[in-house]
Amino acid sequence: MTHPTLAPTHPHGIPETDLFGYLAEFSSAQALVDAAEAAHKAGFTKTDAYSPFPIPEIDHSLGIRRTILPWIILSMGIIGGSAGFFMQWFANTVHYPLNIGGRPPNSWPMFIPITFEMTILFSAFTAGIAMILMNGLPKHYHPVFNVPGFSRASSESFFLSIEADDPNFDREKTMEFLKSLNPLEVSEVAP
Amino acid sequence: MSTHDPANDIKSEAAKAYAPYAPAPVVGAGETYKSVTSRIADICLRRDTPNGWIMGFMIAAGIWFMMMFSIAWLLYWGIGTWGNNIPVGWAFGIINFVWWIGIGHAGTLISAILLLFRQKWRTSINRFAEAMTLFAVASAGLFPLLHTGRPWFAYFLLPYPNTLRMWPQFRSPLDWDVFAVSTYGSVSLLFWYIGLIPDLASLRDRVKNGLARTIYGFFALGWRGSARHWHRYEIAYLILAGVSTPLVLSVHTTVSFDFAVGQLPGWHATIFPPYFVAGAIYAGFAMVLTLMIPVRHIYGLQALMTDRHLQNMAKVMLLAGLVVAYGYFCEAFYAWYSGSTWEKYMMINRALGPYWWAYWILILTNILIPQMLWIKKVRTNLFFLLLISTSINIGMWFERFVIIVVSLHRDFLPSSWGNYAPTRWDVMLFVGTMGQFMVFTYLFIRLLPIMSIFEIRTLLPESKVKEHH
Repeated sequence: MTHPTLAPTHPHGIPETDLFGYLAEFSSAQALVDAAEAAHKAGFTKTDAYSPFPIPEIDHSLGIRRTILPWIILSMGIIGGSAGFFMQWFANTVHYPLNIGGRPPNSWPMFIPITFEMTILFSAFTAGIAMILMNGLPKHYHPVFNVPGFSRASSESFFLSIEADDPNFDREKTMEFLKSLNPLEVSEVAP
Repeated sequence: MSTHDPANDIKSEAAKAYAPYAPAPVVGAGETYKSVTSRIADICLRRDTPNGWIMGFMIAAGIWFMMMFSIAWLLYWGIGTWGNNIPVGWAFGIINFVWWIGIGHAGTLISAILLLFRQKWRTSINRFAEAMTLFAVASAGLFPLLHTGRPWFAYFLLPYPNTLRMWPQFRSPLDWDVFAVSTYGSVSLLFWYIGLIPDLASLRDRVKNGLARTIYGFFALGWRGSARHWHRYEIAYLILAGVSTPLVLSVHTTVSFDFAVGQLPGWHATIFPPYFVAGAIYAGFAMVLTLMIPVRHIYGLQALMTDRHLQNMAKVMLLAGLVVAYGYFCEAFYAWYSGSTWEKYMMINRALGPYWWAYWILILTNILIPQMLWIKKVRTNLFFLLLISTSINIGMWFERFVIIVVSLHRDFLPSSWGNYAPTRWDVMLFVGTMGQFMVFTYLFIRLLPIMSIFEIRTLLPESKVKEHH
């Protein structure tokens, strides 16, 4: 077990007003989930976890509530489908009626395939784009990237951050608290 | 252990007894987060390009240039350089379109449908299959575009405001095809890219070269693996899979409507949609196996793309092949049961007419040879598996040849009968699209992770955690 050490990213420590927060590194997913739960019990609310794969079991400890994304996708899907149907109905009954095989102008069964494809097109692109935007991406700069070891978050390490604007954040006590969780390392995060 | 529990003995005895019947693991033993990451990422991050890759790429690029040349020739001289003419107005242009789009179904099928069925084994093959889908759809899309004769007017196919007040013919399956295939192509690209984002972040954090880091980093969108992001990501990915599943089934259904809505004997059959969808799954899985068996061997990925993957795919292929065989049987049955002269003649002409050899190649390569997959020894032998999947690729091409050319060349009136032979430009374009497909595949293998790294991490035993409440 490595001894927890304080590894400042700034030679003289980062001034209180500029500090983004602390980042603690853990070696396993279970350690991260346990640490997040301990932080939750200790009353921290401005916390986040960084992991190389999704860990849904952590959501409760970090106060993550179910996203409204599915409802956005559903409404955009309905809009897409309706727009697709309306386009065909308008073209064939109002704007330029064509007699195709003696069918009525509003021969709706023939409009279903395109209505369906438009529903899928709108829902899929809403799912992708809304997910990215709600996550605040693209965002190529974020304070946690300043921590030298953070590149491991995308391959084998697990990080828990407690941000400085958390009402319970205290420079010494929060550091002591994070060290008590048995991390590999705790780092200060420059803004 | 100080206390001895007899129940544990029974459990371990039972585990030993059933071990031969348990499914093989989907990840090899002894892999860790780090080993999985480097095993996959290092294929594209290594500095030196293997000589085999360079040679293969050069050959593929040569074939691709042949495609470019045949397209230039076509645009200069016009569609007359192709062999299709009345009565066979649809020939290579549509055969190859349907062949490629069928191959392009495996990616979304593996990614979406197997995700919904919680088939964990899909994880190490879905990325490759999705990429294959994109490249196959890119090849497929060329054919109808070029078949319009003046591809620079291809935007006429889309509804757009114009001074003539003209709209596309929305009651035509050909227009449904435009919507289905373009939706399928763009949604597949999105699905593939969303799946790549976390892995692009892994590459960004591992790559040494500054320019490569900038490019990977740009497309990774600043992904940092935050739990809040993962939460939305997982939901978005699941919904994408949910909407892609009916999409993948709808695409080949719509393609089959191109034929089934026509009155021609050999086309006008209600079996077409399910039989085409099964054929697409069949062709797609065969192409995934054809590519994956060599790739896993060359890059030493047996620990991640295990024999179990290949076995499962062989079984899916066998099942889809039986549905396709049922489709052929139905066509013959309809011909007899309809009592229609033209339908009966169509079937006899298929088996004994001028193109009898195409029909029997189809039956041999698509129905008879794949039956060997019933035998476990054959199924587990990679060489035979590769041969059988190649045979299916050939058989599926002949299926479309039989449906399109053989049906068209003998229609209702003997006075309008004719024959068809492709020209060298038809063949060059078709073979050339294979070169294009291979060029894209080579670039993909060299530049991007060919397996979903983050999903494979979740398959490792240490990724399982206990939840707090």
